Amino acid sequence: MAQTDLISEDILAYLDAHEHKSLLRFITCGSVDDGKSTLIGRLLYEAQMLFEDQLTALEADSRRVGTQGEELDFALLLDGLAAEREQGITIDVAYRFFSTDRRKYIVADTPGHEQYTRNMVTGASTADCAVILLDARKGVLTQTRRHSYLVHLLGIRHVAVACNKMDLVEFSEGRFREIEREYAEFAAQLGLEGFTLIPLSALRGDNVIERSEAMPWYDGPSLMGYLEAVEVDQERMQDAPFRLPVQWVNRPSSDFRGFAGTVAGGSVAPGDRVLVLPNRRETTVERVVGFETDLERAVAGQAVTLTLADEIDVSRGDVVVAADAPARVAEQFEATVVWMAEEPLLRGRTYLMRCGTKTVPATVAPIHYKLDVDTLERIAANQLDLNEIGVVQLETGSPLAFDPYVENRDTGGFILIDRITNHTVGAGLLRSGARRDESVPWQELEIDREARAALLGQRPFVVWFTGLPGAGKSSVANALEKRLHALGRHTVLIDGDNLRHGLSKDLSFSDADRAENNRRAGEVAKLMTDAGLIVLAAFVSPFRADRETARSLFPEGEFVEVHVDLPAELAAQRDRKGLYARAESGAIGDLTGAGGAYEPPEAPDVHLDMATFDVAAAAEEVFRVLQERGLVE
Amino acid sequence: MREVVAEAENPVMLYSIGKDSSVMLHLARKAFWPAPPPFPFLHVDTTWKFQDMYRFRARMAEEHGLNLLVHVNEEGLARGINPFDSGSVVHTDVMKTEGLKQALDKYGFDAAFGGARRDEERSRAKERIFSFRTAQHRWDPKNQRPELWRLYNARHRRGESIRVFPLSNWTELDVWLYIHREGIPIVPLYFAAERPVVERDGTLIMVDDERMRLEPGEEPMRRKVRFRTLGCYPLSGAVESEADTLPKIIQEMLLAKTSERQGRVIDYDEAASMEKKKVEGYF
Repeated sequence: MAQTDLISEDILAYLDAHEHKSLLRFITCGSVDDGKSTLIGRLLYEAQMLFEDQLTALEADSRRVGTQGEELDFALLLDGLAAEREQGITIDVAYRFFSTDRRKYIVADTPGHEQYTRNMVTGASTADCAVILLDARKGVLTQTRRHSYLVHLLGIRHVAVACNKMDLVEFSEGRFREIEREYAEFAAQLGLEGFTLIPLSALRGDNVIERSEAMPWYDGPSLMGYLEAVEVDQERMQDAPFRLPVQWVNRPSSDFRGFAGTVAGGSVAPGDRVLVLPNRRETTVERVVGFETDLERAVAGQAVTLTLADEIDVSRGDVVVAADAPARVAEQFEATVVWMAEEPLLRGRTYLMRCGTKTVPATVAPIHYKLDVDTLERIAANQLDLNEIGVVQLETGSPLAFDPYVENRDTGGFILIDRITNHTVGAGLLRSGARRDESVPWQELEIDREARAALLGQRPFVVWFTGLPGAGKSSVANALEKRLHALGRHTVLIDGDNLRHGLSKDLSFSDADRAENNRRAGEVAKLMTDAGLIVLAAFVSPFRADRETARSLFPEGEFVEVHVDLPAELAAQRDRKGLYARAESGAIGDLTGAGGAYEPPEAPDVHLDMATFDVAAAAEEVFRVLQERGLVE
Repeated sequence: MREVVAEAENPVMLYSIGKDSSVMLHLARKAFWPAPPPFPFLHVDTTWKFQDMYRFRARMAEEHGLNLLVHVNEEGLARGINPFDSGSVVHTDVMKTEGLKQALDKYGFDAAFGGARRDEERSRAKERIFSFRTAQHRWDPKNQRPELWRLYNARHRRGESIRVFPLSNWTELDVWLYIHREGIPIVPLYFAAERPVVERDGTLIMVDDERMRLEPGEEPMRRKVRFRTLGCYPLSGAVESEADTLPKIIQEMLLAKTSERQGRVIDYDEAASMEKKKVEGYF
């Protein structure tokens, strides 16, 4: 490449040119057999980005585990982790770097294996462009459709379809045109516009860097020619409306208060009128602070610090936006969610939602539908499993500033975090939002919770009994209620079995419906405490996340979790309601404790070992803790 | 860096005195300007660094008023671990990997910045920017959190920690160019100069202090050399070079086709050595 000459003859000119090169990020998608790793390996090799010792290692590896006989096996350059190398497949996202005289590149290598939607979505989220590989012998396969759909979903505007292994179809134009027609038809159905088909052979290098002489009938660019010319997303975003999610408040002294963040759209300069969302406070940008000096202007992608003309309350998670083109603010959202965890997404569950720099609890209201990514068909669903994609309704406890994802990836993309494991379990794209006060207004109530409780002369709270069926939850709750009643307390007992005869009549015992039942139980308990009552709730509530969701409805200290702990064998022996016997006979599927999973509380407020406690002693123990906490005198 | 400061309870920046650390320090000063970097800097010292490196460390700490913590694995020292008798693997494992774990535990850091890049080595290409470690400091390559857009999930339980690699997507060329453009000070050893060296197994080792053990018949000779990476001096290979300015270094790097880590003796051990080290807690 010409770069080499410039490096040896005029290094300063080279350095200057390199500094001004644009950076293009692209992802490659294709299955193990499409020759994807070979293609990237060849790009690195041809761009002379391999060092001698890497080449030596490659030669050695090619001889040892290579699949190309005496030839270099470029695929081995890419497969990073030892275990994967042995399996011969890439199972994660790997990033590679190379540069040409025009551009710097970051390649995300993403797997084509079926269950790895999540990795592809991850790689695509930061890419400007996608290279989708297919095997010319096989044409447009289901996985080609899936990759195209995901790439389109993630907002990638430029797609190169690399029609690989042309050498194995005698470089036939007829075959290429056939594939081209088939793909165009599918792309139209998808609404994908910016795509280019390129016939190539990664193994031989045809149309990878240079135009191939073997395919004179093709007059489009080589793959590299295409990559050199395609538009970089960040440049486009500089023309979008100004957005700056506040990441950190910089207060080194009392006379400086700056709001640090990375510009997520448009540009900003001193004197610009801005709004701070979600509270809609308007002010003017005073300074755009860089390092040791101020900037005249900052654009999308730059990390800066702003100071504002007025002393208004701004904290991490707020978004500073152009006053004349503000972002939207909502508490209810319609979003496309890609589920990335083994544990399914369930209606009624609450997750942490991270959008921009803000983290808020978000509850899954109805799941509108899930998508079959192969047929684009919409399917009714009440849960999303690993690698499934669905459109769901999310409700946050507080207002959130956002843009629809199609307008801005940084202010419209979000992740969902499991509140217990802290894992990132889902990725989402906001489509639209609504203010709660616009759809279902909260009725202003003049007599509040405190007033009602005061009249009853007590402090309302919830005692939540969880445990296996037959562990004795209802019996203990019953005994405790008698005790409280005798003391003149106003109580109510909500029991799992009884709830299912009425309010939750429509629900089955699937995991999704158990979560929904749990959500309803929590909400009923909340209404009862609003009425000033002391609530005793006895529910199997097998999932930790659901109990946490219930807990989050109540003020700190007013939710007392009691683990009524009886081992499954003992519960089955005692089997007061004959449940285990019926499960045994197959009359009830998936009884918790007899096959169905139960997640015991890690740190319950009260732990009752029912192998040693009788019902009266257990109720007394709970009562003692309530006294200790000052909930009852 | 701002993200980590906002989310972590007790962050620290690992400072190894090398060029990547110089860039990291510079970036930290930028990120929080006009405030100073709101975290301490930690050097896990094997006691075998070049004298030039110790001088440079003192200068940086002084110039930028850094809260610099130096940790030495005293237990390792007491056991007499050194690069000559223990060999590179044991020396690195005890003084660096174990030392790092000790220091993180001692100060209770829950987030540590490192300067590793994905272009350095194959297993790093698959590591996240926010990389999680169990309470035992182990990395699980099969169970990494997906990182989408610019959203980083830094949440962790007590005892768990995160290693954060802000330079993940930089290349070696990017690092050098940035040093050049921003005028960032680096240890003089990166520039070619006449230095006393001996040749061992095809590698030039600098005789940096009196602790260097010479083999029978070995005579230090003066050669014009420089270092592409810096570590413990008995384990760092020098290259013969005329490059005494940044543009010349970059030129030489681009024309010489030997990758950066080759100068480090520890990488030769096994094909997947880095991955194994990382699973065990090496940075």
